[in-house]
Amino acid sequence: MRVVIDGDLCQGQGRCFSIAPSVFGFDELGNGVVLASGELSEGELELARLAEANCPEHAVGVVE
Amino acid sequence: MTIEKTPVADFATDFDHTDPAWVADPYPIWEDLRQRCPVAHTERYGGAWFPATHAGVTQIAKDTENFTSRTVIMNDGRPDELALPSPIGVAPPITSDPPFHQIARKLILPAFSPGAINPLEPQVRALCRSLLDRLEGRDVVEASWDYARLIPPSVIRQMLGFPEADTDVFIDVVHTITESVDLPEDERIAAFEPIEEYFVAQIEDHQANPRDDLTTFLLNAEIDGQKLAVEHVFGTMILILVAGIDTTWSAVGSSLWHLAQNPSDLERLVSEPDLMPVAVEEFLRFYAPVTMARLVKHDMEYLGVPMKEYDWILLGFPAANRDPAAFADADRFVIDRAENRHVAFGLGIHRCAGSNLARLELRVALEEFIARYPRFTLADPDQVTWSQGQIRGPRRLPIRVG
Repeated sequence: MRVVIDGDLCQGQGRCFSIAPSVFGFDELGNGVVLASGELSEGELELARLAEANCPEHAVGVVE
Repeated sequence: MTIEKTPVADFATDFDHTDPAWVADPYPIWEDLRQRCPVAHTERYGGAWFPATHAGVTQIAKDTENFTSRTVIMNDGRPDELALPSPIGVAPPITSDPPFHQIARKLILPAFSPGAINPLEPQVRALCRSLLDRLEGRDVVEASWDYARLIPPSVIRQMLGFPEADTDVFIDVVHTITESVDLPEDERIAAFEPIEEYFVAQIEDHQANPRDDLTTFLLNAEIDGQKLAVEHVFGTMILILVAGIDTTWSAVGSSLWHLAQNPSDLERLVSEPDLMPVAVEEFLRFYAPVTMARLVKHDMEYLGVPMKEYDWILLGFPAANRDPAAFADADRFVIDRAENRHVAFGLGIHRCAGSNLARLELRVALEEFIARYPRFTLADPDQVTWSQGQIRGPRRLPIRVG
């Protein structure tokens, strides 16, 4: 499993990096970026899924 | 002078967001519209549409081909091509369309990114504490007028680097702009003159004495190697004031209004402080303060209705947030709602640039109020009044704390 942010959809709503700060960060404009590389822990995966479910722009994805 | 208005007969065909029924409690109106329309129409304001569903609001918010943001506050009189400002708009980037929008937005986003905003937390907290200190000893406090109202202008004044003594001037400025929806155009323009004078004086002072603040940042900002036009700097300052004051005041006020009447939610926040960030998102969903406007770019059939060029669109993010098609138990406040894709800050390219600042102020304002008063109730429900216009929040809110 890995997490992705669709840069075309992300508008810097800020939900992902607030919910899962160990998985997502932000760039200079405040848009979301994926911090985590490699396998996510169970806890991180759960938070990433929560971030996915809270992004108003549907920009966050947890994919195979 | 306020123009006399006839009462609304049917919100589906004659809506008015300044009607007393809408101002007092818009939620049942929106639910009714969702079931009946779902795009309401009115001949008022020269002709306007109001999509009441999450899907309708989303579609229009993201559609910059068919809708323009050149004016975002719906006022009387149908705009025409001559009366409209250039594609930059009066307050870039909120009033700008692509492609200029992206340029203007990229310019200001770094000043409002979490990296720039998070460090302000200690000063926001100190401000809230000092405002609460002033209320010490009272059994009933005016939580809107004497607390929530005073937080955003002080924060933004500090960010802009304007004199502390001018905080009250700011508040008047914002009132003039956001609540002048009913003023005739010449009165609105006249009201703006002293505002422009004041800002030009501040800009000149910053040109002569540059310092580390947002005004200097804007004055130094460049597009394609060119400094911004003074109108651009002025417009963006107006935007920062208008967008950042009544809005956050309203969010803080609505949240306190809720907690004053829902002791179990208040108790949970007192006993589980870590719940606050999640609760803040539910406050934002349930009491989203901001409704925006758009203009239709050309005649078209859209969302099943016949829109005409320069019809207004009243873009109700607060209505979208109560749509049962988008949220489970949409009309229930759930303080620990885990999945909450609310659209309080808008959607798409015009997402509120100040959302990180708004969240910080809202969270800290609530944390400090609760820390000072772990138990409080509404002193007198009949004395609570609500703002009229596109920003919704309590303006008078007497709360019993003792």
